[in-house]
Amino acid sequence: MRNKFSIFVIIIFLSFCFIIFYKGLNTPNNYTPKITEKKNIPTFKAKDFDSDNYIDSDKIFEENIFYIVNIWASWCVPCRAEHPLLMQLSKNQSIKLIGLNYRDNFNNAKKFIDDLGNPYSRILNDKDGTLGIEFGAYGVPETFLIDKNKDIIKKFVGPINQEIVKEIELIIK
Amino acid sequence: MKILKIFITLFLIMNFSELKSNEINNDLKNKILKNIRCLICQGQSVYDSESEFASSIKLIVDRKINEGLKEKQIYQFLREKYGDWVIFDPQLNKNTYILWLLPLLLFLFGGAIMYKKIQKNNEK
Repeated sequence: MRNKFSIFVIIIFLSFCFIIFYKGLNTPNNYTPKITEKKNIPTFKAKDFDSDNYIDSDKIFEENIFYIVNIWASWCVPCRAEHPLLMQLSKNQSIKLIGLNYRDNFNNAKKFIDDLGNPYSRILNDKDGTLGIEFGAYGVPETFLIDKNKDIIKKFVGPINQEIVKEIELIIK
Repeated sequence: MKILKIFITLFLIMNFSELKSNEINNDLKNKILKNIRCLICQGQSVYDSESEFASSIKLIVDRKINEGLKEKQIYQFLREKYGDWVIFDPQLNKNTYILWLLPLLLFLFGGAIMYKKIQKNNEK
């Protein structure tokens, strides 16, 4: 009876270890913060890319429409890849794109926009990356979808693709 | 002359207290940064990391301390942005019950087995 109990305890313990290791090995190492609940957009003051004047976040998101905040930089290769899709999205009248120029050189960023087109209704300067932190970003490119209540409802880490564009278009319909 | 001495003394005291407060803020900043996980180089704390993400977090923490936020408020701010995982020292909540309670349960279980063994040996 005692022997049986010991075997039972050992089996339970080994099964527990197996489940922990199996789950651990199957989970990707890279942590991606998930948006499980709606978050209101942060309130901030940021420098406008063109005028270099400070502007309040209330003024940036003042219209009753959907917004996309896209974090980009001229040195970021995936940003170049997703740019045509942003241009495609910018043609949609029910959405406005706000660009967050992340840790970039002004001239390089300007050249990037001049060469590839400007999908943004406004570009903000994020020289030290702290504005990105306010949004909960940790890299570039990242894209946030903001609804009419000024809540961040979706977050896309990495470059957007055609599927993501379709998803966004379906939400804002 | 007396006025000058008083003025110099006051000046030194003021400078000293400012240095002291800077030192306290620096200690607090380092303590917080050592407890924040760098999400880019995931084995490191933000304090140890030189990544762009880490340098932005360092600036944010510095700014929040200067704004007068307490240590817990800064952790809360980061938790809201990046979830519990960004802090090395996890809080007790429904996701971390097992993490906190399992060692205690194992300790009690082991203690009970040892207690039974010792009691049996004593009976013999």
